[in-house]
Amino acid sequence: MKLFKNLLDSVKPHFEEGGKLHKYWPVYDGFETFLFVPGHATKKGAHIRDGIDLKRTMIMVVLALVPCLLFGMYNVGYQHYMATGQEGELMEMFLYGALKVLPLVIVSYTVGLGVEFGFCIAKGHGINEGFLVSGMLIPLIMPVEVPLWMVGLATAFAVVFGKEVFGGTGMNILNPALTARAFLFFAYPTQMSGNMVWVPTEGMPTVDGFTGATALGVAAESGGAGIPSLMESFIGIIPGSIGETSVIAILLGAALLLYTGIASWRVMLSMLIGGYLMAFTFNLLALNEYMKIDALHQLMMGGFMFGLVFMATDPVSAAQTNVGKWIYGFFCGVLGILIRVVNPAYPEGIMMAILFMNVMAPMIDHYVVQGNINRRLKRVKVKA
Amino acid sequence: MAASVKIRKGVDIKLKGSADQSIEATSSTTFAVKPTDFHGLNPKLELKVGAEVKVGTALFHDKYNNNMKFVAPVSGELVDIVRGEKRRILEVRILADKEMKYESFATSGWESFSSDQLKEVLLQSGNWPSIRQRPYDVVADPADTPKAIFVSAFDSAPMAPDYGFILKDRQADLQAGVEAMSKLTSGKVHISTRTGDNGVFGSLKGAVLHQVSGPHPAGNVGVQIHHIDPINKGEKVWVINPQDLAAIGKFLKSGQFDSQRVVALTGSKVNAPKYLSATIGSQVEALVSGKIDNNDARIISGNVLTGERVSMEGYLGFYNHQISVIPEDENPEFFGWIAPGFDKFSLSRTFFSWLTPGKTYDLGTSLHGEERAFVMSGQYEKVFPFDIYPVYLLKAMLTKDIEGMENLGVYEVAPEDFALCEFACTSKIDLQDIVRSGLDLVKQECG
Repeated sequence: MKLFKNLLDSVKPHFEEGGKLHKYWPVYDGFETFLFVPGHATKKGAHIRDGIDLKRTMIMVVLALVPCLLFGMYNVGYQHYMATGQEGELMEMFLYGALKVLPLVIVSYTVGLGVEFGFCIAKGHGINEGFLVSGMLIPLIMPVEVPLWMVGLATAFAVVFGKEVFGGTGMNILNPALTARAFLFFAYPTQMSGNMVWVPTEGMPTVDGFTGATALGVAAESGGAGIPSLMESFIGIIPGSIGETSVIAILLGAALLLYTGIASWRVMLSMLIGGYLMAFTFNLLALNEYMKIDALHQLMMGGFMFGLVFMATDPVSAAQTNVGKWIYGFFCGVLGILIRVVNPAYPEGIMMAILFMNVMAPMIDHYVVQGNINRRLKRVKVKA
Repeated sequence: MAASVKIRKGVDIKLKGSADQSIEATSSTTFAVKPTDFHGLNPKLELKVGAEVKVGTALFHDKYNNNMKFVAPVSGELVDIVRGEKRRILEVRILADKEMKYESFATSGWESFSSDQLKEVLLQSGNWPSIRQRPYDVVADPADTPKAIFVSAFDSAPMAPDYGFILKDRQADLQAGVEAMSKLTSGKVHISTRTGDNGVFGSLKGAVLHQVSGPHPAGNVGVQIHHIDPINKGEKVWVINPQDLAAIGKFLKSGQFDSQRVVALTGSKVNAPKYLSATIGSQVEALVSGKIDNNDARIISGNVLTGERVSMEGYLGFYNHQISVIPEDENPEFFGWIAPGFDKFSLSRTFFSWLTPGKTYDLGTSLHGEERAFVMSGQYEKVFPFDIYPVYLLKAMLTKDIEGMENLGVYEVAPEDFALCEFACTSKIDLQDIVRSGLDLVKQECG
C-alpha cells in the first residue's frame, strides 16, 4: 500500500498543472482513484456522507455479473463438447469456454476504456466509472462466435454514440451495452443471428440432430416444438448469448443487486409482470404454436431475464420516478414478448423493447411529474 | 386533541456522542453577532468601535427595514468589526463586562398589545430575527401576516438537543411565547412534538399540538408544514425554534432581551458530551476548550448535516443550539471501493455494516468518493418525505427555470430539507448549495 502511494506520489508532479504530462491528468487521476478512494473531505453542508460512491456502485454490478460470466464460460464449453460429441470434464469445458470468452471481455474493456480515456483527455474531465459495467455487459450479450473486431467496433460505437456524445456517464439516453448489441445486430445480421454463431464447433463434425439454434430460434422456426425444456432453460445449458442463458446465474446477480439496493426492484417486478401477462395473453389467444409456449417458460428463454435484471434497471436510461419505473418496466416486459412472438424479423425482442422504452422513459417521467404539478395546483384552487 | 403525522421516509443516522442530560455553565469573554447568520441580510451599523453596549443595544439594522434591529447579547465594549470581501461585515465583536447591564423595553401590558405594537417591540429589542419565514428560509418580513406559525418542538438530526429536557422548567415562558405568536398570525400556532413525548409542550394553551413519528427529517419544521398545512404560491408561514419562543416569552414578561440558550455539545470528539448553558454569540473556544479532543477535529456550529464549520476562535451561530465535533478525515483509503466497510454507514447495503443495524457510528468528514454526474435514481426519494420530486426540482434550480421551480414545489423547501439527500447522494453533489441559490433566485424574481 505504501509502495503504491509512494509510486503515485513520485510521478504525480508530471501530471499536475505545469507538468510535462498535464494533458494526461485524467489518466493519472483514474489510476490514483482506482487504487485509493481519495481523501476528499466535505467542506460544508452535510459534513458526513454516505460511504457509497459511484465506483462502489458499479463494482457491485460487475460482481453481480460474475455468476453469469462464469456460467457463460462453462456453457460455451459444454455446448462445444455436446455439439461435437466429445467427452469432457467440467474443468475442460470451463477452460475451453474461458479461452473463447475472455478475449471478448478483454477487447470490450480495452477498446471501451481506450475511447473513454481519449474523451476524458480531450475534454479534460475525470474518468467515470460507468464503463466498468458496460464493458462487462457487452461481451455477455454477444454470441460466442462473434469476431473480436466486431466487438471492438461495437464497443467504440456504443461509447461514442451511446454515451459520450450526450456528455458521458449519467447523461446518456440509451443503454450503452444495448446500443452495442443493436449496432451489430443491424450492421452485421449474419454474424449476430442464425444457427452458426451460438456454438463454437471449430469446423469439427457435429453430432446428428445438432442445429446450433437458440431456444428462440427454434421456437420462431418450428413454432414451439423442440424447444429446450423449462428446466434446461432455467439452468441454462442451452445455446444463446454468453451471459443470458442461465436464469439461476442471473437470479444470483439479481439477489445481490436487490439486496444492496442498487437496482430498482420496481423495474424488475413490473417487467416480470408485464412479460408474464403478455405471454399469458398469447397463451389464451393461441393462434399459432409459438403463442402456446407456457408464459413462465417464455420468460425463461432468451434474453428476457438478463434484460430484466441488468439492462432495464440501468438507472440512467430507465425512468427516474417511482411511478414511472412501474410503467417503464411493465412495457419493457409487454413489448419484449410482443416483438419476440409477433415480429418474425427479430427472434429476440427484449433488446429492442428496452431500447424503445429507454427513449420513452423521459416522456413517462414527464407525465408522472406533470401529475404531481397538477395535484399541487389543485390544492391552491381548493383553498381559494 | 393532538393530531398525528406519520413520516415514513428518512433515516436516523446514529452517531457516537449524544449529550448526557446535564447542563454545565460556560463563560466567554468575547462575543460576536454575525450578520452572515441571517441569510440575505444587508446590515447597516449603528455603532462604532469603542462604543459601550448593554444587553439589547442595537448593533446594526437591516438596510431595507430600519426597525429590524440586531442587538448585543451581552453588555460591554464593541471592540472590533471584522470585514470580509467588499467590506462585507462578518462579525461585530463585543468584549463583555463582568456584570450584565440591560436595556429595558416597554413590554408591560403586552397581553393587550395589538399585532403591530408587538411587532414593533420585538423588532426594536432584537427578538425578531428569531422568527423565520417559509418560503425562502430567511428572517420573517414584519410587513407580512403569515397564514400559520410552526414550532417544531423536537429535533431529529444526529445527536440533536432534546428541547423537552432544555425547556422542562420554562412552561410559563413558552406559554407567553405562544400567546405572542398567536397575535402575529391570521391562522394558528402549530407545535409538533414526537409521538408519545409531550413533556412541557403538551400543556400549552392556544396552540394546535401535533404528534409526529418517524425517522429524521421528521423534526424538520418544513416536513411538518408540508404534512399539516402546505405552503402554496403567495402564502407565508413563519417558524421559530422552541428555545427562541421561550426567550421571547421571557422577554415580554421582563422587558429584557434574553440571550441565554442551552446548547448541546455533541460528537465523538467530545470527551463527555453534555449540555452547555451559553449566551448567544459565545466564542467557541470558551464553550469547548478542555472538553474536546482537538486533534484532527472539525467543530461544527449546528448539527453534522446542516451546520457550519467554525474554528476555535469562531463564534456560535445565532440559530444554532448544538455544537458537533467530529473527526476530520482526509486519509485516502486503499482500494476503498471494494473494502468490506464494517465501519461505514450507508443507506445502500453495499457495506457489511448493514449486518449491524443498531450500531452507532463514529463518522468523519470524508466525502467517500468524488463528485460525479447524477446517475442513481430513487436515492433522494427514500429520505425526502415530501410530495415533491426532488431531482426534478433540483434540475429546475440548476437551470434557473423559475416556473418549473414554482410548479415543482420550491416554496415548501429549505436547504435543510435536502441535507439527508445530500448525505445519501452517490454522486456527491452539494445539494444544499443548489437549493440555496434556487431559493435566492426565486426570491429575487418573485419576491
